[in-house]
Amino acid sequence: MNDSVTSTNTVPVKTGLVSLTGVNKHFGDLHVLKDINLSIGKGEVVVVIGPSGSGKSTLCRAINRLEPIDTGTITLDGQPLPSEGKALAKLRADVGMVFQSFNLFAHKTILQNVTLGPTKVRGQSRAEAEKNARALLERVGVASQADKYPAQLSGGQQQRVAIARALAMDPKVMLFDEPTSALDPEMINEVLDVMVGLAKQNMTMVVVTHEMGFARRAADRVVFMADGQIVEEAEPEKFFTDPQTQRAQDFLSKILTH
Amino acid sequence: MDVISEFFSEYDGLGAFRQTIYLTLVSALLALVIGTVVAVMRVSPIRVLQLIGTAYVNIVRNTPLTLVIVFCNLGLFLQLGISLADQNSPTSIDDNNFRLAVLGLSVYHAAFVAEAIRSGVNTVPLGQAEAARAIGLPFLKTLRYVVLPQAFRGAIAPLGNVLIALTKNSTVASVIGVTEASAVMKVMMENRPDVIFVVFGIFAVGFVILTLPVGILFTSLSKRLAVKR
Repeated sequence: MNDSVTSTNTVPVKTGLVSLTGVNKHFGDLHVLKDINLSIGKGEVVVVIGPSGSGKSTLCRAINRLEPIDTGTITLDGQPLPSEGKALAKLRADVGMVFQSFNLFAHKTILQNVTLGPTKVRGQSRAEAEKNARALLERVGVASQADKYPAQLSGGQQQRVAIARALAMDPKVMLFDEPTSALDPEMINEVLDVMVGLAKQNMTMVVVTHEMGFARRAADRVVFMADGQIVEEAEPEKFFTDPQTQRAQDFLSKILTH
Repeated sequence: MDVISEFFSEYDGLGAFRQTIYLTLVSALLALVIGTVVAVMRVSPIRVLQLIGTAYVNIVRNTPLTLVIVFCNLGLFLQLGISLADQNSPTSIDDNNFRLAVLGLSVYHAAFVAEAIRSGVNTVPLGQAEAARAIGLPFLKTLRYVVLPQAFRGAIAPLGNVLIALTKNSTVASVIGVTEASAVMKVMMENRPDVIFVVFGIFAVGFVILTLPVGILFTSLSKRLAVKR
């Protein structure tokens, strides 16, 4: 694991919308993020891959401070993350997050799920929020389900609603924490299609995933993590065809042979 | 069986049960408010508030209700002179006793309400609060719009149990002179010791009539309003 060559030379450095510098995080004795440096440019789609327990979900969750970090700094649009309270909530409103387990509000309808943030955080009127919400639900293809409850929808539909809910806040960046890992195989593509669509519209995205096809199709850059470190970053074609580090070669040989 | 007609005519038994219902409902509402505040303190991220909430529940829950009620009268009113009614009103003493009883009952049952709500909060998956925080809702709004609505639905059955307990515990108010059902029962028993079992039976049935529908209602509500996941 000492072969960590961070081959940043392959990727043109853009102005960092999200920027992590010297980030460290422990869970008890476990050092889950080791000195992470990562800059994500505006409009860039960064796919984070790596074996389980490599810290990629923690990295994703640290960006909107659902996981507080021990040391280092994370900035969004040049602003460092506030520690707690109103300022942090305000920042989170600008960062969309999509979870592995969807986490739609179980007691609210699909439409209410999407309008809650805009009305209670952004102070939009209900009419305005509902109009936007219906347009977003249309965009992710679940408009006909607007008055149902989350439990009545399939996993793929729920996850697309979750994406609409995040988009309703008009976020500067979208974080996806293994968005397809809890889905039946036949529903994965309907979610990935929405995500590819977002990527094409120049949404800034950080995507933790095991979907290598998505990484190839939509990513500007692949970040490979193992044991809490960023081991390699490169453009997807280069990463998948010519990984530089032993660890990445090892990982890819295990997943791409089937 | 003339004692049954005496219950209605001479002793105003219905009025006594009406007083029991009134005492119960007012105390239940206040207990719900206090209990919710205590439960929120216990789940808040602020350490001091957590400690205060925990201390409240542990102290109040482990103090006998009779002590709490008697303290409200002897301690708050007679010693400290805290009166909850207009001193010049002709019903001042009754009003004051009633309100002190409400205070004692609600403060006491708030501890149980808080625990019921906290158990309800535990039925809400962590991801719900995370999703709420992720769209930018601050702590209190996360509670108000996402966690508590689901927690209350998960807490309906235990809250029903608290309400039933409160209905029966309201009889303790008789020790500070509130003429609710059990106070009237004592008077009837003193006057008619010959039919003591009948008198006892009347009031026991009265309480069953009050609490049985509450139990049925809350059980059906808890099923009907359960959050589907």
